[in-house]
Amino acid sequence: MTTTTGATRATGPLAQASPTDGDGRPPTGTWSAGSLVLGSFAAVSLLTVVSLGLALPPTVEQHDFARLIAVHPPLAWAAYLSYGVTALASALYLVPRTRSRAWDRLAGASAEVGVVFTGLTLVTGSIWGRPTWGVWWTWDARLTLTALMFFLYLGYLALRRVPGDLHVRSKRAAIAALLAVVVVPVDHFAVEWWRTLHQGRSLAELTPSRNLDGDYITVMLLGFLAMTVVYAWLVLQRYRIERLVEEVGDEGLERAIAERRREAVGAEAR
Amino acid sequence: MWRDAALVAGKDLRIEARSRVATNQVAPFALMVLVLFAFALDPDRGVLRRAAPGLFWVAVLFSALLAIQRSFALESADGARDGLRLSGLDPAGIFLGKLGAVAAEVLALQVVLAAGVAVMFEARLHGIVLLATTCLVATAGLAAAGTIYGALAAGLRVRETLLPLLLLPVVAPVLLGATRAWEAALGLGIDDGWRWVQLLAVFAVLYLTFGVLAFGPLLEES
Repeated sequence: MTTTTGATRATGPLAQASPTDGDGRPPTGTWSAGSLVLGSFAAVSLLTVVSLGLALPPTVEQHDFARLIAVHPPLAWAAYLSYGVTALASALYLVPRTRSRAWDRLAGASAEVGVVFTGLTLVTGSIWGRPTWGVWWTWDARLTLTALMFFLYLGYLALRRVPGDLHVRSKRAAIAALLAVVVVPVDHFAVEWWRTLHQGRSLAELTPSRNLDGDYITVMLLGFLAMTVVYAWLVLQRYRIERLVEEVGDEGLERAIAERRREAVGAEAR
Repeated sequence: MWRDAALVAGKDLRIEARSRVATNQVAPFALMVLVLFAFALDPDRGVLRRAAPGLFWVAVLFSALLAIQRSFALESADGARDGLRLSGLDPAGIFLGKLGAVAAEVLALQVVLAAGVAVMFEARLHGIVLLATTCLVATAGLAAAGTIYGALAAGLRVRETLLPLLLLPVVAPVLLGATRAWEAALGLGIDDGWRWVQLLAVFAVLYLTFGVLAFGPLLEES
């Protein structure tokens, strides 16, 4: 016996993603033709960007390390994107008219992927910092804020894991997500507001200049695209896992209630 | 709203005055933190004096955390939270009241800690106007953020461990701004202290506004 709660009522961009949704049965996995295509596309574009990045000519100042431009700024962009989506989905969840479990799941999935991207941003940045600045880590505004953002969203994820009523939990998490997202624009513009060791915003340098060669810009922009696709694929998978988790939780509850009821009936008969 | 705020703040402060948790436990803890810093850095007195602003604000942050936890532990016993919710008080008023009480306690703690820093770390406190303004503005932001997150975590079984993780990254800018402003006031830094006070003010206004708007749903749901 299965129930059709939240999951099948869900509206929103990801609701009809699973092939088994149509006949009313709950989804049993994260597989679908759509995600296979998206996943393959993500893998191909990531490989393309990496090989293009490796093919870039070494620069005079940074030698081989400048090629990190193919991954480091795109990773940071994906992290920003994740947190933006989390905030947007949280806001949509908080507005009663658009409230849907789908938004809450999307917010959680996106934040989790975002934390991974933030972690990777910090790691790649550290690897880049060592040869160019001479240190793995420095207390520069951009770096500090990124680390802060990392911990902020770890806290958000911890808050999401606190057991309790689903709706209460979602609402609480949504408010926390809206509080946390303030850091994102501050982090992005930190390089202009404070005098930092980190270079200026990558997005402000889209025309070839003394600082940045045309090929580098092209590869970086391709990196943005590739990382966006990777992000979308990861969120889709994470979203479906979240739905399955909720489904299993519902089923477990149903079963427990049915058992208790049988016990009660048995006790009465005796 | 203001009347409700005064009521709630009065209630909290009265509880503190009678239970003496703040004076008997939180204040000694704060001074203990200073002593620990001294143990850790003692061999060189100069280090302590130069680091005094930062150490002061870290101690403030830790003890504020205790004050905030205490403030919401009061409400979790005996269904006091439901009572507060059913009292018909304006949620914004409750927010400002809880915040006011926490802020008053934290300000009192800062006076104790400042004395401690002056005595134990040999910090010479001049530029009193800047020091005091920094304390007031930073405390407003600290208490506002703390009250929001305190309410968010209040109903949870894991609140003691979750609140620090949620709150400390959020108030890290306060630590930064307040430390820089104090350094400027004590003549240790090169920055203009008042610019950091402005940053602190922006932070305080942001969280005060958010709290006034969001405290209703927050109190209702968690």
